[in-house]
Amino acid sequence: MRLVLAAGVAAICLFTTVAAQQTSNSGTSEEKPYHVEDGKVDKSTYNGYRRYGDSCLRCHGPDGLGSSYAPNLVESLKRLSQDQFNEIVINGKNEVSTSQQLVMPSFGMVEDVVLYLGDIYAYLKARSDGALGRGRPRRLDN
Amino acid sequence: MLKNVAVAAVAAAGLWASTASANDELIRLQRDPNQWVMPTGNYANHRYSELNQINRDNVKNLRPVWSFSTGVLRGHEGGPLVIGDVMYIHSPFPNRVFALDLKDPGRIIWRYEPTQDPSVIAVMCCDTVNRGVAYGNGLIILAQADATVVALDAKTGEERWKVKNGDPAKGETMTAAPMVFGDKVLVGISGGEFGVRGHVTAYNLRDGSMAWRAYSTGPDNEILVDPQKTTHLGQPIGPNSSLQSWQGDQWKIGGGTTWGWYSYDPELNLVYYGTGNPGTWNPTQRPGDNKWSMTIFARDADTGMARWVYQMTPHDEWDYDGVNEMILVDNIEVRGQRVPKALVHFDRNGFAYTLNRENGQLLLAEKYDPAVNWATHVDMQTGRPQVVAQYSTQQQGEDRNVQNICPAALGTKDQQPAAYSPRTRIFYVPTNHVCMDYEPFRVSYTAGQPYVGATLSMYPPQGEQNLGNFIAWDAGQGKIVWSKPERFSVWSGALATAGDIVFYGTLEGYLKAVDVRDGKELFSYRTPSGIIGNINTYTYNGKQYIGVLSGVGGWAGIGMAAGLQGETEGLGAVGAYRALSNYTQLGGTLTVFALPD
Repeated sequence: MRLVLAAGVAAICLFTTVAAQQTSNSGTSEEKPYHVEDGKVDKSTYNGYRRYGDSCLRCHGPDGLGSSYAPNLVESLKRLSQDQFNEIVINGKNEVSTSQQLVMPSFGMVEDVVLYLGDIYAYLKARSDGALGRGRPRRLDN
Repeated sequence: MLKNVAVAAVAAAGLWASTASANDELIRLQRDPNQWVMPTGNYANHRYSELNQINRDNVKNLRPVWSFSTGVLRGHEGGPLVIGDVMYIHSPFPNRVFALDLKDPGRIIWRYEPTQDPSVIAVMCCDTVNRGVAYGNGLIILAQADATVVALDAKTGEERWKVKNGDPAKGETMTAAPMVFGDKVLVGISGGEFGVRGHVTAYNLRDGSMAWRAYSTGPDNEILVDPQKTTHLGQPIGPNSSLQSWQGDQWKIGGGTTWGWYSYDPELNLVYYGTGNPGTWNPTQRPGDNKWSMTIFARDADTGMARWVYQMTPHDEWDYDGVNEMILVDNIEVRGQRVPKALVHFDRNGFAYTLNRENGQLLLAEKYDPAVNWATHVDMQTGRPQVVAQYSTQQQGEDRNVQNICPAALGTKDQQPAAYSPRTRIFYVPTNHVCMDYEPFRVSYTAGQPYVGATLSMYPPQGEQNLGNFIAWDAGQGKIVWSKPERFSVWSGALATAGDIVFYGTLEGYLKAVDVRDGKELFSYRTPSGIIGNINTYTYNGKQYIGVLSGVGGWAGIGMAAGLQGETEGLGAVGAYRALSNYTQLGGTLTVFALPD
């Protein structure tokens, strides 16, 4: 039930951001989950930044840039689709070998993450696409 | 069953042979400069050695003589022990322990690797560090990541006993080095970012049975306090001191974890340690003083009953854990007054405290980095820091980004321990020089999941480029004697010696030796990876050696792998801050140094 709700919320977020995107001045046909204007971001991308800081930063480092023990997500999201991203966050990861210990908890039941999965993705995708610089983004007027 | 009977018989025999001697043996051994028998150097946490073969005149000739790979990549905190002809080293998860032969340097006498569910990695806050093993009564005690405590035979590496000290499913893990005292071993618990309720526990060395456990938060009988006899700055703390300082039952997820260092005064029979941050970094969500998080505890070693407490940062708003080491020094002059038994503590909150360790009286509290700005001073009557409204994440409120708070959440100093030289009566302190923006927001608690509720960005103080300093501190005057800037935070433990030099390591991987008089650099050597471990010294065959684990990681690896960057105005000059990853890579290695023959 909770997961369905989360998916619903995520879908709504996606819908609103896509809608916002259509009115933006970008000439590309590709759909982007974020809206960035003069370094300012929409509400959900900003929320993604904050949720990232709460639940992800401790391992993946400031601004998504990775740490000595977790990958740089600015790089990872150049390869991963949103579906793959969601799958990893919801189910976690457990790849332990002699040369690496990639263990990530499952966030599938964590409200602070799963309810805002789309927002977190939007923030990281904006970082990954180079649309958003480092640090705390400023907000577009809501 | 038969096996258990046999084990019990062996344990009983061990008990008979050892109860009286364990304490005496370690008290004697910790004074022998030829060995390094506890992670803290001695019970007083001095990290000082009487050895002086290596000194300020010849240290420039120091060179590596042998090295050893742990085969583990993550952050290597803590340092080697040396007992007789054997060196014991440890690694982060999977928590390998090696007994190395000094007669045939680097030959492995035994190795031990526990079987642990790797899912524990995911609930370790800031890398899978471990700060070392403890020795006592022929045993090597390891505190595993998965909150298991295991006692190994120091000669063979065989398991003698094993006990569960916590539940990783709730985010309870272990990173701190145990401390053996008397016939017991003291261990703590980590997980302050997971809403874990902190405690310290003493286990009986003979069989691992629990002697006492003292929580940091909760009812008086669980935090082991006597409302009349336990004091805070000389006054009885009264009944329900912790419960009254929390809303509802928030104390159950109240933090106050105990992942730092422990010290022990055999004469007073007291153990000393500090507790960590209260649960959730969002202060608005947990009204009250949140006792006894952020507190120095002095506890009776036999019963665990608290003699005195002192809460340094009531109602924390910045994640300034109080877990850093308590350094016990005798006969120091504090502002003209001679104190027979003092305790000196360099807190994450940027204040260095000098207390009377017999009664917990506060004697001095001064900033040990001029950048510290969140409080103007500590009121010496109440012991409370005078918080500056502009930097108060409580007063500014939820969802407000509070800027330019110094120090950052990693503190002016984290767990990386300082050294004290009885020759100079000066403390040598590795520090961070980092500030932050902090925005708290509401979060929900889920067992075994992060319980943080704030987002941070970190950067050097305005107009400055260095993220660390190595300083000399006068704890009687409350003044910095000298300060040596470092490019990155100094995240290694220091070592002072009778050669009038101090050793420390840097995040780029340099082992450095400096002059105690002025901090002048006398020696520097680049080890294979960044140093977040602690340096030790010992002799073999009459010759002095220096040993250190390198292997970058820990919280230093998180904050700095990508490099810090300030986005606020005035920080443009350091905007192109260079990342630690441009200087070092992962990998755990022991490097041993000596002078040429």
